[in-house]
Amino acid sequence: MVTTMHETDIRLQGDREIVISRTFNAPARMVFDACTKPELVKRWWAPQSHGVTMVECRADVRAGGTYRYVLQQGAGGPLLAFSGTYSEVTPPTRLVYEEVFEPMASVGAAVVTVTFEEHGGVTRYVSHSVYPSKQVRDGVLASGMEHGAREAIDQLDALLASLAG
Amino acid sequence: MVDTFAALAEPNRFRIVELLRSGPKPVNDIGERLRLNQPQVSKHLRVLKEAGLVDVTPRANQRLYELRAGELRRLHEWLERYRRIWDARFGKLDELLEELKHEEPSDGDDDA
Repeated sequence: MVTTMHETDIRLQGDREIVISRTFNAPARMVFDACTKPELVKRWWAPQSHGVTMVECRADVRAGGTYRYVLQQGAGGPLLAFSGTYSEVTPPTRLVYEEVFEPMASVGAAVVTVTFEEHGGVTRYVSHSVYPSKQVRDGVLASGMEHGAREAIDQLDALLASLAG
Repeated sequence: MVDTFAALAEPNRFRIVELLRSGPKPVNDIGERLRLNQPQVSKHLRVLKEAGLVDVTPRANQRLYELRAGELRRLHEWLERYRRIWDARFGKLDELLEELKHEEPSDGDDDA
């Protein structure tokens, strides 16, 4: 059996949104678990081949529950934390949560809606993020190369660069 | 650069950029092809110009609008870089899912 490599699709929508889509050769409940259970999230969210490790991963996956993911670049490198609260948890089809990038907490939270749509054992994953402003959305994309709160974004930039290899 | 995204977020401006990919065009040409009136086209072109996405060059008694490839290329690079980050993550997720599938008997007993 040939394993198909699926394309990762990134689209901008309006001024403040990013939509990420991908298809996975697995049932929705499995993809949903991999996106929510800390012991599984740990295994893919921070590509260790790029020198980034996940030093903390906890998630209380229910409406009103909170999560915190902490990444570190290299031993002794800066800690980069993402955290937030789940507002909707509907296994295995839908997940809505707030996401705060802690070094830039003052700019506000993004609202992320992830849907998992299964057809015959293959799942379409769509993550739709709405950022608090156009500047923040563009900052996430551009990782502060051109504009914005440069110092604050530098950390994100370094992280993105290392993740992108 | 930040203006680039806002400039392209408006559907008609996006259509103008798409149209200009085939070469420089005067305002009335753009209007005719996209069925927009001239004031509308001029307004959109002004925004695109301010965002650094198009340039104007006078030729004879016309003003020709053309794409500035540099800005678009940068936009594309941002998106591509961001895409690669997620692509790397999802590659790992693919591996994890394969493992999970092997760990459980795949007899489809939960398909009901």
